[in-house]
Amino acid sequence: MQQGIFNIVNNEKIANDVYKMTLAGDTSAITAPGQFINIKLDGLFLRRPISVYDYDSENIVIIYKVVGKGTDILSKMKDGRLDVLTGLGNGYKISDDSKNVLLLGGGVGVPPLYNLAKKLIEKGKNVTAVLGFNSESDVFCEDDFKKLGVETMVTTADGTYGIKGFVTDAISEVSYDEFYTCGPEPMLKAVYNATNTSGQFSFEERMGCGFGACMGCSCKTKYGNKRICVDGPVLVKEEIIW
Amino acid sequence: MVNTKVSLSGLTLDNPVIPASGTFGYGYEFANFYDINILGSFSFKGTTKDPRFGNPTPRIAECDSGMINSVGLQNPGVDAVISEELPKLSKVFNKKVIANVGGFSVDEYVYNCMRLDKEQQVGIIEVNISCPNVHGGGMSFGTNPKDAALVTKEVKKVTTKPVYIKLSPNVTDIVEIAKSCEDAGADGLSLINTLLGMRINLKTKKPIVANKMGGFSGKAIFPVALRMVYQVYEAVSVPIIGMGGVSCAEDVIEMMLAGATGVQVGAANLVEPYACKNIIEALPGAMKKYGIDSLENIIGGAH
Repeated sequence: MQQGIFNIVNNEKIANDVYKMTLAGDTSAITAPGQFINIKLDGLFLRRPISVYDYDSENIVIIYKVVGKGTDILSKMKDGRLDVLTGLGNGYKISDDSKNVLLLGGGVGVPPLYNLAKKLIEKGKNVTAVLGFNSESDVFCEDDFKKLGVETMVTTADGTYGIKGFVTDAISEVSYDEFYTCGPEPMLKAVYNATNTSGQFSFEERMGCGFGACMGCSCKTKYGNKRICVDGPVLVKEEIIW
Repeated sequence: MVNTKVSLSGLTLDNPVIPASGTFGYGYEFANFYDINILGSFSFKGTTKDPRFGNPTPRIAECDSGMINSVGLQNPGVDAVISEELPKLSKVFNKKVIANVGGFSVDEYVYNCMRLDKEQQVGIIEVNISCPNVHGGGMSFGTNPKDAALVTKEVKKVTTKPVYIKLSPNVTDIVEIAKSCEDAGADGLSLINTLLGMRINLKTKKPIVANKMGGFSGKAIFPVALRMVYQVYEAVSVPIIGMGGVSCAEDVIEMMLAGATGVQVGAANLVEPYACKNIIEALPGAMKKYGIDSLENIIGGAH
């Protein structure tokens, strides 16, 4: 975890209310896919936690949906500098045991799976991704996953694109020995019930600080109370209490 | 050279800056950002007898220049604080800490204070009779002068360390309660805790935090806190730790002019992890700018 000043390199709309922003700065605090950053915006008291879509030694790419004041301000920024806390949260762990890995993302739960997919491919695993959205105009990132060599399926709740239904409607034919998921809680619950291997779930919660100080985002797990911001956002299937 | 040292009930602090309870965990999260030994002291997360998960989530809502929290005294309980948290804390902080104590009954306050009084690293016990986020305890003691005095009196019987009572601003007359605690033997007073507030989500048309209401803190409450410290200073002779919306060195100086000896920084830590460090580093410059040689000399200077 580290504080840094990042330059906005690019910020573009990629789907309905969804934007992709590239930031340049010191990314050395990021240690795992699935971690998040916490952005300070002028005029707002709390920082805005946003998951990392991709990163390298110089850049962080985030994909975010405009859902309120903070993301609206962010979406209108074309250049300038941002005060950002990086390397927050535990992120996904990549195990050596699995061979066939399934990724399940819903809406803005898709972005944290992208860098994870990259790392999994680098490890030589077979990766299948199911990306779920509400409608055709909400779909993003499908080609990004495909370019990595990920077997990619898209579902839309209204059937306007890809498979009609939810991500769980697309997995009956897929064989996998581990899965990773991120999305809204009802989706995570459905994934929990529809899967029978070990898996890692990334959760979302309203946060105060994002680095473990305020206890604003606590949850109960089978392994005790955890803070989504530092002990999560990724929890393993066995420990989750709904 | 300016002098930033202050003395709280015999405890000399290098500077008056103290992270407030509930915004600094047990210190080690912040030790990842900077050497926290530069702090005057710090007040650790409110401790109850039994472990508490606290309130359901969401617990946080944003406000203009501030935030609402309804954490509800989540903590591992006094046994775990003593056996696990304090030993970890002592590795990153070598000064005396302020033990913040919560409770749901007089007996519980007494028990927790008795246990923490034996801990060597504890310099001051801060008794929180003002948490707005728990029912049937906490704030109910802090909103009634008789109950506030009772807690103070009983806690004082079992402690050897200075006892500061942390007061609620959610009362008709904070001065009356402050005097009542002083009369009951309090060595000092901490004020203010958060102001009870709420926000409503326009999409769901329901309160944002699950507990409906929560404690409002941050920059926005500074004038209210300052006014209360000023009023209490006029009425009591024990030292005051002032807090509420403090976010820069100038706020620290204002708080001290109003009557505070120590100054706690709360919500600012959550949005700016270096808040206390920045304030401590800016203090000498701000003192020079306003012609202040020694902070001790300005306490209550506005009166």
